[in-house]
Amino acid sequence: MQPFETLESVLIPLIHNDIDTDQIIPARYLKVTDKSGLADGLFSSWRYLPDGKPDPDFPLNRPEYQNAQILLAGDNFGCGSSREHAPWALVGWGIRAVISTSFADIFRNNALKNGLLPVTVDARAHAVLVAVSETESTPTVGIDLGSQTLRLPNGDEVTFPIDQFSKMCLIKGIDQLGYLLEHKSQIAAYEKSGQL
Amino acid sequence: MPKPKTLFEKVWDSHVVLHEPNSPAILYIDKHLIHEVTSPQAFSGLREKGLRVRRPDRTVATMDHSTPTIALSLDLIDEMGKKQLQQLETNCREFGVPLYDMQNPQRGIVHVMVPELGLTQPGMTIVCGDSHTSTHGAFGALAFGIGTSEVEHVLATQSLLQHKPKTMRVEFNGQLPNGVTAKDMILALIAKIGVGGGTGYVIEYTGPALRALNMDARMTICNMTIEAGARAGMIAPDDVTFEYLAGREFAPQGEAWDAAIAYWQTLPSDPGAAFDKTISLDVAAFEPMITYGTNPGMGAPIHQPIPAPQDEPDPAKRAALQKALRYMDLDHGESLDGHPVDVVFIGSCTNSRLSDLRAAAAILEDQKVADGVHLLVVPGTETIRRQAEAEGLDQIFKQAGGDWRYAGCSMCLAMNGDQLEPGQYAASTSNRNFESRQGKDGRTFLVSPLTAAATAISGQITDPRTLMK
Ligand code: SF4
Repeated sequence: MQPFETLESVLIPLIHNDIDTDQIIPARYLKVTDKSGLADGLFSSWRYLPDGKPDPDFPLNRPEYQNAQILLAGDNFGCGSSREHAPWALVGWGIRAVISTSFADIFRNNALKNGLLPVTVDARAHAVLVAVSETESTPTVGIDLGSQTLRLPNGDEVTFPIDQFSKMCLIKGIDQLGYLLEHKSQIAAYEKSGQL
Repeated sequence: MPKPKTLFEKVWDSHVVLHEPNSPAILYIDKHLIHEVTSPQAFSGLREKGLRVRRPDRTVATMDHSTPTIALSLDLIDEMGKKQLQQLETNCREFGVPLYDMQNPQRGIVHVMVPELGLTQPGMTIVCGDSHTSTHGAFGALAFGIGTSEVEHVLATQSLLQHKPKTMRVEFNGQLPNGVTAKDMILALIAKIGVGGGTGYVIEYTGPALRALNMDARMTICNMTIEAGARAGMIAPDDVTFEYLAGREFAPQGEAWDAAIAYWQTLPSDPGAAFDKTISLDVAAFEPMITYGTNPGMGAPIHQPIPAPQDEPDPAKRAALQKALRYMDLDHGESLDGHPVDVVFIGSCTNSRLSDLRAAAAILEDQKVADGVHLLVVPGTETIRRQAEAEGLDQIFKQAGGDWRYAGCSMCLAMNGDQLEPGQYAASTSNRNFESRQGKDGRTFLVSPLTAAATAISGQITDPRTLMK
């Protein structure tokens, strides 16, 4: 996992509520047995016109967002299916953070394990970002995970929550499995204790 | 006196291996369920790290998502799907995980098969790389969906890192009217609290209307709990639960059964246990529900007009409703009663159990499916298929002009070729009406098995109460 400390990027606006993981990566792309190549399917139901050509109006297809790494979404991003293919596809495309007012629980867990930062902001900060992305084509924001701050395009800073364990893993770029493996003996003791 | 605990707290507390400050808890997992789609990368991870499956005896795998329903052969699906299923076979063989493969007479959709085998039991922690793992909460288990990284964690350590969720109690009061089902209860709840209303919570369902339901119906409710954003739904075990479990293949037997019952009876929430939130609903006023939009929260009673976007004060919600109605090609102001459909799908881990099939068959008996409508009935497991055939339910579906299939997820997520054509409308007993869920550009109305059956006969959305004897 790629470590995450700071990130500065143009904001890609995809401001719909309740974007489900079936939209992020449709089921027909889930037949893979590895994690690569999923970016091809990212938002594919929305990215292409009925004739199969890329929809020039869809944000991910617009030239100004080609190297952007932060997605601005509506409420409840990542609801629905537990497929980890959703963060794999986003990360495969180059997205490193998603900003929303809320995230679905399973998506958040999956994202954090793949170096993809879910940034939860309150309705006011979200409204500022929505307004900016309606008036400017390439507003830039900055994220500092250490101080848990998001710098808005107007220079204001807002803080965002993250649990300390996930934060540490993200900053160091380490797999959470390591922590579990370190506690093998406690797990064995629990199994022996016949709690079950 | 010790502090009163909820059902959730009892199961959680008894499974915490360790909880260090500034870290999530290490939660022990009793049962880990595997299917072909969300497991290959987890097994690859084990291989890369030189790890083995810690407890293959607590792990069980099935083939369900991409399996064909027209015959029991992997040659009937595309190359990639076939390769993925073969990878599951290889992984299970190499790591010693029991697999219910295509030839196994008990194979089926993971959340239908596992309870049916008696593997799901009260007080357990159960996970699966699948969001509808919430289904198993109907037995008083703590059961939730996880991602593939977490599948690898559980394979390697039989444990999971978890932050303790909040608790919500949903109380169903009153008596459910005839023709209204558990599916309508859960659709009504989701319509009320929204698809994000349960985020961060585990829901415990209580109340007399809930207690009156059989296990199949309770599973329908817990199954769709994730559609309200709550990862787990739980129901305290009672005599209905015990009767269901008695004698099942993997249920405790003899003395162990008595000991299990004694333990299970300690699980219900203590009087006075505190929940972070409580919602009460009176089911006596409930009607058959239907969704009109592109998430399960966009639902209403079948005769109610589709809401108008301009009446929605929140601009983001207004935009979402507009987008959904455009996708569904529907106008606000009218109800869906009478709206034509192309396909009726009866199946999925929400509504493919024997009682669902019986309910649909009772309506379809001696009737014909409307011209031009494709009725697809897909049982949840091969066991249910044989039981239904023994009762003659398959004959009822076939004589009506419907298609009777082998078990699998089928058109619930359209990975196996059973899918809607662009623009088609389906009345579906499944759980998700997301855009393109049942086939690229297909349109889904989520309904109960009764409403689905009534709709198949008329070819248009129909209130089942008009056909019930
Ligand atoms: S039936 Fe549908 S919801 Fe259930 S496990 Fe299969 S794909 Fe998932």
